[in-house]
Amino acid sequence: MRAPVNREELLLRIQALQFTAVDLGLYLNTHPNDTRALADYNQISAALAQTRAAYEQAFGPLMNFGQSQSRCRWAWVDEPWPWEA
Amino acid sequence: MWVYEKKLEYPVRVSGPNAKLAKTVITQYGGPDGELAASLRYLTQRYTMPTSQAKGVLTDIGTEELAHMEIVAALVYNLVKGATISEIKAAGMEGYYADHDRALYFVNGDGVPWIASYIQSKGDPIADLHENMAAEEKARATYEHLINLSDDPLVTDVLRFLREREVVHFQRFGETLNIVHDFLNCRKVW
Repeated sequence: MRAPVNREELLLRIQALQFTAVDLGLYLNTHPNDTRALADYNQISAALAQTRAAYEQAFGPLMNFGQSQSRCRWAWVDEPWPWEA
Repeated sequence: MWVYEKKLEYPVRVSGPNAKLAKTVITQYGGPDGELAASLRYLTQRYTMPTSQAKGVLTDIGTEELAHMEIVAALVYNLVKGATISEIKAAGMEGYYADHDRALYFVNGDGVPWIASYIQSKGDPIADLHENMAAEEKARATYEHLINLSDDPLVTDVLRFLREREVVHFQRFGETLNIVHDFLNCRKVW
């Protein structure tokens, strides 16, 4: 896959990966012994962490409360907010 | 979007079943100055805040209030968990028990259910931030009343933590009000 070049593209990848993880997670709650789904979940989770790290390196923290680091100056309060389409 | 972290912001322990105390503490779950009202108020006001800093403050404090709602729920859950029917009756909680057993529901200490008119979202950031500062002080006062009523030192310890957070939030909202004032003063003349 071609390396993402802009914020929107990277964010879309994170959204796709995380949605897959959300949906697999719901499935696993009621099918905890499904090893194939579990392997998919763990693989997606690793890819998500990697993509998230790449995004945060370039565009600042995605999460609050110690889940993401910030460069100086504190970038959490920088625009844009997600509802600002 | 939100993700859930499988832990409390502050550890919760209780000395034992205590329906009387649960009946009062539940007001910070679903009462007028409780944590549900606080979180929903800030999380719905944040969209129309005029500065990015204000949006961040409301997002973060609204999110922390959700964690406080969980702490209050953990207190009430553990206080009623082992309570007997006669203890529930003695606490005047039989009306609550009839409708909810020992489940969590959004009511105040007298069983009045939560309503959206506990909160406001005015679209005027000065009005909204003043409401939020008042809300933090009302919640602080409520926690002080609950500390006065508490006969369980473990519960009191948690209530003290929650009270402190109201003080910190008030401070941050005051600073946010100044930031928003400065921003609006640069742009508008009335």
